[in-house]
Amino acid sequence: MVNSWNPVRGGWAHELSGPTDPATDSGWTEHEARRGFFTDTSICIGCKACEVACKEWNRNPRDGDLELTGWSYDNTQGLGASTWRHVAFIEQDAARVEQARESGRRLVDLGMPRIGAPTADAPVDRTPPDTAEFRWLMASDVCKHCTHAGCLDVCPTGALFRTEFGSVVVQPDVCNGCGTCVAGCPFGVIERRSDGTAAPTTREGERKGEQPKVPRRGVAQKCTLCYDRLVDGQTPACAKTCPTTSIKFGEHAELVAAARDRVRELHEQGMPEARLYGANELDGVGGTGSVFLLLDEPEVYGLPPDPRVPTADLQVMFRRAGFAAAGMVAAAVVAFVGGGR
Amino acid sequence: MVPEVEFTSYYGRAIVKPPPWGDLIASYLFLGGVAGGSGLLAFGAQLTGRKLLCRNARLGAIAAVSIGGAALVADLGRPDRFYNMLRTIKPTSPMSIGSWILTAYSGGMGVAAVSEIDRLTRNRLPLGPFRGLLSFAEPVGGAVAAAFGPPLAAYTAVLLSDTANPTWNAAHRDLPFVFVSSASLAASGLAMVTTPTRETRPARVLAVIGVAGDLIGTRWMERRMDPVAAEPLHQGRPGTLLRWSERLAAAGGFGALLLGGHRLPAALAGIALLGASACTRFGILEAGINSAKDPRYTIEPQRRRLEERRAAGITDDSITTVG
Repeated sequence: MVNSWNPVRGGWAHELSGPTDPATDSGWTEHEARRGFFTDTSICIGCKACEVACKEWNRNPRDGDLELTGWSYDNTQGLGASTWRHVAFIEQDAARVEQARESGRRLVDLGMPRIGAPTADAPVDRTPPDTAEFRWLMASDVCKHCTHAGCLDVCPTGALFRTEFGSVVVQPDVCNGCGTCVAGCPFGVIERRSDGTAAPTTREGERKGEQPKVPRRGVAQKCTLCYDRLVDGQTPACAKTCPTTSIKFGEHAELVAAARDRVRELHEQGMPEARLYGANELDGVGGTGSVFLLLDEPEVYGLPPDPRVPTADLQVMFRRAGFAAAGMVAAAVVAFVGGGR
Repeated sequence: MVPEVEFTSYYGRAIVKPPPWGDLIASYLFLGGVAGGSGLLAFGAQLTGRKLLCRNARLGAIAAVSIGGAALVADLGRPDRFYNMLRTIKPTSPMSIGSWILTAYSGGMGVAAVSEIDRLTRNRLPLGPFRGLLSFAEPVGGAVAAAFGPPLAAYTAVLLSDTANPTWNAAHRDLPFVFVSSASLAASGLAMVTTPTRETRPARVLAVIGVAGDLIGTRWMERRMDPVAAEPLHQGRPGTLLRWSERLAAAGGFGALLLGGHRLPAALAGIALLGASACTRFGILEAGINSAKDPRYTIEPQRRRLEERRAAGITDDSITTVG
């Protein structure tokens, strides 16, 4: 490694991109096994118990004015400062389902990383609710707890930190609400509470259109992987409450193995559209702590198709800025030396 | 052969979030640039004995950096905790590095500016025993401000580009060149407004170089960006601002070159240059904010680069896998 930042760990480029152990990179000499979620959307029933449990446990205030969106059953709309689990609902007709299967088959044909030989599509066992004409996709989204977390990298105060579980947590008493993390997240997860760009109502009260008093106003907020529960040996609230085990919590390595098994199982059941999201440590964020099993392309669920942590290019950016600054000095020298009186 | 990118989204909802940055941050980008460029001009004037240029550049710089710094603090969600940025140094955070650049610059320029104000008020500042020290500290302060001026002008480009924002991130290779050019022409413009022409020749030369850098740099930057990610630079209010930036820069540049020796035309050219820089900063900031509000700007460039990698046989680095 040319750039020897920390001689003990031998360079620091791996701290910006590529496969690595995030807790060790963050200076934890002894730490817990990396924890995370495996959200298997194929068995999500859209009950939103995860959303409720998360709000209750973390005492998160209401988002916005409780409007009805007309987006199937999704009135939550997305993750934000006060919504750390969000259940997406997508209604698809037969043509869309076939398109999703085709894209799944294409992934297999690409010879993308997988365990075991590709299996031919077995006869379709269409158990309800997966009917031939229509299907309803439901998926509980959450902070990805990236191996290389853009929010954490760009935070200027140290308010965001890497826990011993490999998760990424905001310290609300340190954050000064600069908002850089909001721009740094490739998944649009973290947000500044209350007076961000999409400001919710400021009317306080308990009725519709009003909002109870908002705690932690003006600081960045997102899923903590229930850090307060983890240090007590507890399961995060969403995973604890999920009635179908669509949200699984556990050691990251075991979850990824289980997720791979599940994809193979679904492929064998004639669902070639099943795929994993975030299970590849070679991807743009070094793999995610929260792994998802999806039944269509990521953008169908509102997930970016090829996210890349911005700090992966930080060395290029600082180098270019250095050249630019040097150019500015050179221009000033020309102006004073070559410019005459 | 790369297949056509097909665009789907979740009910048209944006994927990345725009940072909660508005006119205050755009103003800071502009004022930080003015300060950075003025630091260089003041130091050049200090070394070449152009007393008026030196004084005016220093006073302009300290005003710009003070107002800009106040804008930065006012934009925080918790302005009362602004000092938390100065409790740590994080090399991975351009905002952290920038806070320290701004602090170092302000320290140097503060000393230099206090000397100027003391001279202007005929030693009426209550400096007491420090007045003696000031005569030694003043040139050093000017040098420190000159050393940190260019980084002050350049780091804001990294601050914007080191994000998942489609437009800012796509510009990450070339935005620093646009920003230092914009800073150079703006600081030169301010000098042309404040200072008699007999001392502003270096400022006019810097203005012309800055205009050339700005016009060429912006075009070059856009050519190297993903065409979809570059779209917000041409649409709506940012599009208008950036078109005006180009016109004003060209007008100011020609004014500085041809009529810079005459007081009034020089001042008008200076105003045009300041306007050009402000338009650049507000335009780039708003274009990025807009690009984060439409999922198309996130999805299409990402789809395209993913398909390009797959077409090139690279299939092991996708976030989507089949096992």
